[in-house]
This record gives sequence, structure tokens and C-alpha cells, in this order.
Amino acid sequence: MLTTDEKQLIQHAWEKVLGHQEDFGAEALERMFLSFPPTKTYFPHFDLHHDSEQIRHHGKKVVTALGNAVRHMDNLSEALSELSNLHAYNLRVDPVNFKLLGHCFQVVLAVHLADEFTPQVQVAYDKFLEAVSTVLAEKYR
Amino acid sequence: MPLATEADTNTQVLNRGPVSPSRLLIVYPWTQRFFTSFGNLSSPGAILHNEKVHEHGKKVLTSFGEAVKNLDHIKQTFAKLSELHCDKLHVDPENFKLLGNILIIVLGVHFTKEFTPSCQAAWQKLVSAVAHALALGYH
Repeated sequence: MLTTDEKQLIQHAWEKVLGHQEDFGAEALERMFLSFPPTKTYFPHFDLHHDSEQIRHHGKKVVTALGNAVRHMDNLSEALSELSNLHAYNLRVDPVNFKLLGHCFQVVLAVHLADEFTPQVQVAYDKFLEAVSTVLAEKYR
Repeated sequence: MPLATEADTNTQVLNRGPVSPSRLLIVYPWTQRFFTSFGNLSSPGAILHNEKVHEHGKKVLTSFGEAVKNLDHIKQTFAKLSELHCDKLHVDPENFKLLGNILIIVLGVHFTKEFTPSCQAAWQKLVSAVAHALALGYH
């Protein structure tokens, strides 16, 4: 469970993400594709070159959805219900990959927030991203 | 081996000894189970100022330094440490993966944009190889 302090840390750090959703999202995806090549198997239809339009577009989608989750931390199941359905019945991404993208997104935060990405901020985000992943996979079976 | 060039440029981080273990103990508090003799780990502040954690950080980072210097012989380099972690320290190898990912985050915080996606990919391979080597001696 996220504590009140952790929710505040998440929201405060998220202010640095605003205005950069596309950049941060694209970078997280690129880091994931390079570090964990099997994740590319979900995107055979994408141009996966650095800075491709498809990666930027998808990155923006992902980070915008995370932003929505940040605004509804007390009600993730409801806020992410559509995405839950999508992942369960349509995309069927193996949940292990949510961890990989979550890790890469935290690396993006580390790179752009530097010393502001303190251990306390990191644990808050790790818990938050884990909660998001759980909701995305909750209708799988 | 492309891994070598990328890893080499980041060996300066190995001088920032204390950082990784303290971050590990804060982000994954259950890892504290291995450090009951280290004194006060009761809060992030306590952990960050704990001298024993700092010292241990230096030891761990020195080990990673050995990995970087022996990229083609990682298994041999960590053979004795593997035995130690299994027989004496009784550390679940899962923890090596946790520490590896913490190190990656620390590199991101320290090097920011210089820690490019390609750089990260090289280091992910290294931490994975070290974690694997450390687990090899388990029986």
C-alpha cells in the first residue's frame, strides 16, 4: 500500500514529467528494447529505430496513461479498467514485461531527475509501478 | 567485445562506493535481513549515514570493478565469492538481481544523459553476468 508520503513524493516528482511525456515515454521504450530484446516481440509491426514516430507516439500513450494513474492512485482498478481489459483480452502481454518497462521508466526518472530521484522517491515509484502492473494483469485469468 | 567499451567509460562510478547498498536497503527493505550486525538500519536516514553500510558499499563496488577488468572471465573471477555467498552468507541469488538493478539506477542518477540507452544495455548484460556468476557455485 502506498503511504500518504509516498503518494506526495510520486505527485511531486511527476511535475518534472509533465511536458515531457513523449520524450520520457520514447526513452523508456528505447531503453527497454535495447536492454531486453525479447520485449521487441510485441512490436513486430513497429519501426523500432531510434526516435521513430511510432515509438514516440506509443511512448506518449504509455506515459499519459501513467499520468492518469498518478491522478487516481486511490482508485487504480477503476481508472485503469479499460487498459486492464485491453491487456487481458487483446494485447496479452506477459506480465513479466511490465516489470521491465517499469524498471526502464525508473531509469528515465533517474537520468532526468538525478539527485532528486532519491531512494525514497525510487521506492515510492517502484511500489506505484508494481501496483499499476498488478491492475493491468488482474483480468488475465 | 562491445560490453567492454561502454562499461569502461563508467568505471568512475565505482568510486562512489557507499551509494548502491544503501539504496538497496531502502528500496528493498527485506534485503536488510543479511545485515543485522550492521547496527541502525531503522530509517532511510539511518541507513544513509551508517558507516558499516558505506564500508560494505566499497567492497561490493570493488568487486564490480574486478568484473569490469575481467569481462572475459567473469565466472572464474566470482567463483570464490559464489561459494562464500552460498555456504557462509546464505544469500538468495534473487538479491543479486535486485542489487544489479539498483546499480543501474545509481548510474542513471550519477551520469544522467551520458548513461545512454546503449550504455544501460551494456551494463544490464554485465550485472546479469555477475548475478549469474555469483549463483553458479550454489548447491
